Amino acid sequence: MLAVRIEGLSKIFGSFTALNGLSLGVEEGTIFGFLGPNGAGKTTTIRILTGLAHASSGKAWINGVEVGTNHNEVARQIGFLPEEPAFYTWMTPREFLNYVGEVFNLPAKDRLARIDELLTLAGLQESAKRRIGGFSRGMRQRLALAQALMNRPTVLLLDEPASALDPEGRKEVLDFIEQLRGRCTVFMSTHILADVERVCDTVGIIDHGKLVTQAPRDTLLAQYAIPAFEVQVEAQYEAGLKDWGESLKKISWVKSVSIDKLAARIVVNNVDIANKELLPSIERDGLIITRYEVVKPSLEEVFLHLVGQEEAVR
Amino acid sequence: MSLFAEFRKEWRYLIRSYRFLIAVVVLLFFGLTSPVLARYQEELMNAIPTGDITVSMPPATVMTAIGQYAKNMAQDGVLLGLLLTMGAVAMEKDKGTAAMMLVKPLPRGSFLTAKFLSLAAMFAICLIVTGLSAYYYTWLLFEAMNIGHWLVLNLLLFVYFLVIVAITLFCSTITRSQGAAIGIAFGLLVIGWFAGGILRLGKFMPGELVTWGVRLMQGDGSQSWIALGVSLGLIIVPLLAAWQIFKRQEL
Repeated sequence: MLAVRIEGLSKIFGSFTALNGLSLGVEEGTIFGFLGPNGAGKTTTIRILTGLAHASSGKAWINGVEVGTNHNEVARQIGFLPEEPAFYTWMTPREFLNYVGEVFNLPAKDRLARIDELLTLAGLQESAKRRIGGFSRGMRQRLALAQALMNRPTVLLLDEPASALDPEGRKEVLDFIEQLRGRCTVFMSTHILADVERVCDTVGIIDHGKLVTQAPRDTLLAQYAIPAFEVQVEAQYEAGLKDWGESLKKISWVKSVSIDKLAARIVVNNVDIANKELLPSIERDGLIITRYEVVKPSLEEVFLHLVGQEEAVR
Repeated sequence: MSLFAEFRKEWRYLIRSYRFLIAVVVLLFFGLTSPVLARYQEELMNAIPTGDITVSMPPATVMTAIGQYAKNMAQDGVLLGLLLTMGAVAMEKDKGTAAMMLVKPLPRGSFLTAKFLSLAAMFAICLIVTGLSAYYYTWLLFEAMNIGHWLVLNLLLFVYFLVIVAITLFCSTITRSQGAAIGIAFGLLVIGWFAGGILRLGKFMPGELVTWGVRLMQGDGSQSWIALGVSLGLIIVPLLAAWQIFKRQEL
């Protein structure tokens, strides 16, 4: 079953089209990375899913419940972390979580137990009696995640959850998200590719309000894999590496060879033949290697490739 | 349940932000000084050197004190109603707390109602404290008043306060800034005052409630039910309009 389903979603602000017929589906239990450059329409999509904004056309569903028709039913199933979480700064985190629990109508006993559990999870037990107004950005972000989990949501919508944090804060938040794998569906928007590469198992790339592609992360990386190999040799084999490179250039399945001191990059026409032939040829030439690897594209390369293609079409 | 949770939050906010304390102190101060100033106005005027000019003051009576009290309460009610309500919704929209909470099963109607009820409760308590204190002082300095009529005067003042709160809450809902909210609310009140003065509609406007209360204290039994109806309308209509607009608003 799809936890999040979006069909033909459009949002127009005057003459600006923020979303242009966006359609996608997110499987239950996955961590979905909603990737796109700034202004691509990520936040607008999440705002529509949460009911904070209305679509100009198209529909969206959370666990089969249509967004915009039954706010309370959708609201009970989701947790939401906005890009810039805002709090009642005069409250303590315990008071704030209690207030959120009351809004969800959680029974007092369950609510109090849940508050302790979330404060521990967010690492805020010791600051539970301090005013939120004095919290650091990282602490606020962790509290925002905690409040989003108060109702044990089946779908967690996170808008740029780690973008504004320092490396330590980012690691904490990403670890936190990682822990949720399999426990709920996470729909996470971000423009930071490394975050998606690290925690998401499915990726959707959006640009100019349209979905460019959507696939499991590994499928996407494999689909856009560069047919290239990198070889690095020990220092005394620099000359030998050059000779080996020259000999490779004459082979039909080799497209190009580039050598930079002790490293060679070989782009091939046929990966299967290269997999069989490359290592034996190194051995034949008597080279001792320190590194041999099939070049894998980073999500950044895939992203830039896909978004670049879109720009070219436009 | 969510209305109760929201009301509790609003109530705590009024206390923690010292809004409740400020409202009680301001109203109490002006409520208590009314009978005192009325009682000693002659002495105060005589203490001011006026040279050859002779200032003659009418003798202070209990009615002078009541008139001062009603005037002070009405003026302070407008000021406090505007200042304490202007940010109620606008500030939450601007800061993002409204968006943070309204994605949860908290109906927007409950969000607005809780704000109105908490402010109404605050003004009710302020008027009870001020009314009782002013009654005691007036009794000490002048004479005992008809307690039933005094109660009605304060009840009418309370309705007048609620008109200001409801109109300002509406303005706070349709705007995103406190400044705009107070500006529009004040503009609407000025239009109301002009309508009362120039178009001679004063008898039907909320301000008439204060006059009605004072008349009652004087023993004049003439009533202003239309003004009360208009006032109740000016509470209900802005609240309903605010709810309808807020329901459709993007946050």
